[in-house]
Amino acid sequence: MPGCCAEVRAEGVKLLADGVSKRYGPVVALEPVRLEVRAGELLTLLGPSGSGKTTLLQIICGLVEPDQGRIFVDGRDQTDTPVHQRDVGLVFQNYALFPHLTVGENVGFPLRMRSVSASETKRRVQDALDMVQLGHLARRFPRELSGGQQQRVALARCFVYQPSVILMDEPLGALDKKLREHMQIEIKRLHRATGATIMYVTHDQEEALALSDRICLMNHARIEQIGTPGEIYERPLTAFAADFIGISTALRGRILGGMIETPEGRFHLPPEAVGVEGSDALLVIRPERLALGQGTNVIAGTVTESVYAGAETRLLFRLATGTDAVLRLPIGMPPPPIGAAVTATWEPGAAVMVPL
Amino acid sequence: MSARRHRFGAAWYAAPAVVFLAVFFLYPVLRLLLLSVQIEATGELTTEHFHRALTAEVYVRVLGITFGVAGETTLGAVVLGYPLAYWLARQPLSRRGWLLMLVLIPFWTSYLVKTFAWMITLDQSGIMNRALVGAGIVPSPIDVLHGRMGVRIGMIHAMLPLAVLTMLPVMLSVERQLPRAAATLGAPPGQIFWRVFFHLSLPGVAAAGLLVFITSLGFFITPALLGGPRETMLAQLIIAQVQEMMNWSFAGALAVMMLLAALVTCWVYDRLFGLSTVAGEATASDRRGTLLLRGVGIGLLSAVAAVHAAIGGAMARVLGRRVLCTFLPAYVVLVLLFLCAPTLIVVPMGFTDSSFLSFPPPGFSLRWFETYFGSPLWLGATLRSFVVGFGTACLATLLGGFAALALARSSGRWQAALFGLLIAPMIVPRIVIALGLFYLFAQLGLVATELGMILGHAVLAMPFVFITVAAVLKGYDWRLDQAAATLGASRLRVLVEITVPLLKGGLIAAFLFAFITSFDDLTVALFVSGGVTVTLPKQMWDDMILQLNPTLAAVSTVVFVLVTTLLVLAEWMRRRGEVR
Repeated sequence: MPGCCAEVRAEGVKLLADGVSKRYGPVVALEPVRLEVRAGELLTLLGPSGSGKTTLLQIICGLVEPDQGRIFVDGRDQTDTPVHQRDVGLVFQNYALFPHLTVGENVGFPLRMRSVSASETKRRVQDALDMVQLGHLARRFPRELSGGQQQRVALARCFVYQPSVILMDEPLGALDKKLREHMQIEIKRLHRATGATIMYVTHDQEEALALSDRICLMNHARIEQIGTPGEIYERPLTAFAADFIGISTALRGRILGGMIETPEGRFHLPPEAVGVEGSDALLVIRPERLALGQGTNVIAGTVTESVYAGAETRLLFRLATGTDAVLRLPIGMPPPPIGAAVTATWEPGAAVMVPL
Repeated sequence: MSARRHRFGAAWYAAPAVVFLAVFFLYPVLRLLLLSVQIEATGELTTEHFHRALTAEVYVRVLGITFGVAGETTLGAVVLGYPLAYWLARQPLSRRGWLLMLVLIPFWTSYLVKTFAWMITLDQSGIMNRALVGAGIVPSPIDVLHGRMGVRIGMIHAMLPLAVLTMLPVMLSVERQLPRAAATLGAPPGQIFWRVFFHLSLPGVAAAGLLVFITSLGFFITPALLGGPRETMLAQLIIAQVQEMMNWSFAGALAVMMLLAALVTCWVYDRLFGLSTVAGEATASDRRGTLLLRGVGIGLLSAVAAVHAAIGGAMARVLGRRVLCTFLPAYVVLVLLFLCAPTLIVVPMGFTDSSFLSFPPPGFSLRWFETYFGSPLWLGATLRSFVVGFGTACLATLLGGFAALALARSSGRWQAALFGLLIAPMIVPRIVIALGLFYLFAQLGLVATELGMILGHAVLAMPFVFITVAAVLKGYDWRLDQAAATLGASRLRVLVEITVPLLKGGLIAAFLFAFITSFDDLTVALFVSGGVTVTLPKQMWDDMILQLNPTLAAVSTVVFVLVTTLLVLAEWMRRRGEVR
């Protein structure tokens, strides 16, 4: 299967949103954006509510008409194609299963709409349900299933007709944390097994990091940054990106003489950082990059809290300037008592600088 | 121990309503049943009455007409009403509120006023004939009155609001996402409508059909006034048997046949859809539908969907989508005109200065209102209607309100039975209830008393109270009661200081609906008034049978304005209650 995916990937761009935008009266729901989704990839639209990600999704599947811009699927302009003729699948937030149809009939619906023969429909419905491990529940009605099972039916209903692109609108939002994590793995597995091109909307950054081949980070109706989870986490381009994904210590300052001057002190810039002399910038240090002790860059503060989270322990401390800092304690190290004075250090290359 | 007593308590709220319905609804109807298989003088059991009803040609013909008219009315009201309900369901909430009034006002407008409106509209010299002749469509006035067509028009007009109001809640409960989901899965508009929306709205269509059919079965006002002797329906026959022949047993047998027809219809419906849909509660789907029926149904819908998609596609190509989109609104305007216009024609008639009911009125005068307000007969009837209406509203709201409370708080096997009993007076034809009550009241000496009327009307009004209050209770936050209890309030204090104030809007609305039910009722009044304690509808009925006159238009105007005012008030209170 991995071989097949690599092959599909070579085809290039599956979906292109070219300069689409949308306004509702004076409210800008989406500034003109350009977004490419490559064949076979799982791209996540990540952002807080109101960031325009759902609007973009609805424009792509045709439920909302863009004010300007075009939508291309497989290189064909689909902007004026009505919803039902687009080759784009959508998995709804609260599933939108038809309550009057059985599970099997729900999954078979898109095939019947495409006049697939009865025997073929039957076979493909069974395959799709087997794929989500619900093959034995085809005759049940949706309300007789649990939330997780309903979600699987919604997935099967979308995968069964193999649309060019599958859109998922916060599909796991209604599930509890444990089930959500389980379904994330399930979606990854389905993605790998089918080689489908998936665009996934979520506001949960952990989910985005766990699932995506690439993340498109959105804020204020604009695209903030597009990149692999690693790129976005390790190399955020903006203060928003640094803040929205993961937690970190952020030091605000000005670039002067190859160093960054902050109220907390003068620090070395990351080696590859390009900063205009005299401009404001933010130095971002991830908790796992910050360690107790002395070194080239040092900040000092008093411990305010230690948070034990099973896999790791985080130490929160407040600097003299009032800025809060956070670091990950090495495994097995007992946390210093609250109120204790601590110093922390990081390698210049371990921090990220973003312009303000 | 105290917790157990606490739970015991909630269900007991329904006790007064249950006792009341047992005495003034179940017993009289059952007594009627017994009467129908008895020889009245001796009390001996016999099937003679049924035999007579089912063999004598005249009665069989009436039965046939009754079912025929009820069937036509049901089909007409549901088919005409569906697009209107569909259109209303798609309106934004703010606009739907007042558009709905255009259906609610005709719904609560007295059947007598509506029928009177048609009598003057369809008359040989009425507005319709003058328009038709004037436009040269027909050479001479056509006689629609006193025929099947008149009955059809009047009945469908009378039942259309009921059909729309029954279908609408089910349509509103169809999740808005589902049609969109179908679209993303590749379904064109025609397929979406039939396979998803229409299918999911079917319980509402069936509920509307059920209520319209049952109500039509027991109808007599419209056929008596708009039809001729050939359109005599079962209810008219029952009235004649009692009032002219004093033949109780035979009337009882006819009533029982009507009741059986209604119950069988209900039973079939319940098997297929579940009765709670009647109260606007959409069951998730055709739970009880047999597999075979379901298969046939879905097959049928797919066929219809395919045809629709083909025709719709072709028409869209020929006419363009824009033109197609104007079809539904244009249709809705026509249907709303049909619903509202006839009643509005009555109003100017009341202000005529002529002694004849011609439209447009030759001149303006208040003489017919003066006649109305100067007549002790009319004024006495009006006053009595108010007294009876007020008493009915008090009694029905108290009993029905507590019953709704009990049902909302209790659960288990009694709930379904209780629900069934409480809405039963809406399902059993009114004429059957009225006849049973007449017999009971004759024994108790309650005929021709205001009390008798109040008791009878309370039976009719209770389902409306129950449904209104139950709807408001659905959104009620019971934790507030619990909070009050933890803060030290006794059950009574909780009820008086928390529950009732919070439900005030719904309770006032229920009160007004009960009042209007009583104020409009002719069926119970026809029997129980004994021809002495005449209410306003009874007085109007007597006049309408004897001779149409402009005073009737004046009275109709007063009744229409009054009921509409109360209705607007009730709706306003109800919506305020729901917002909380």
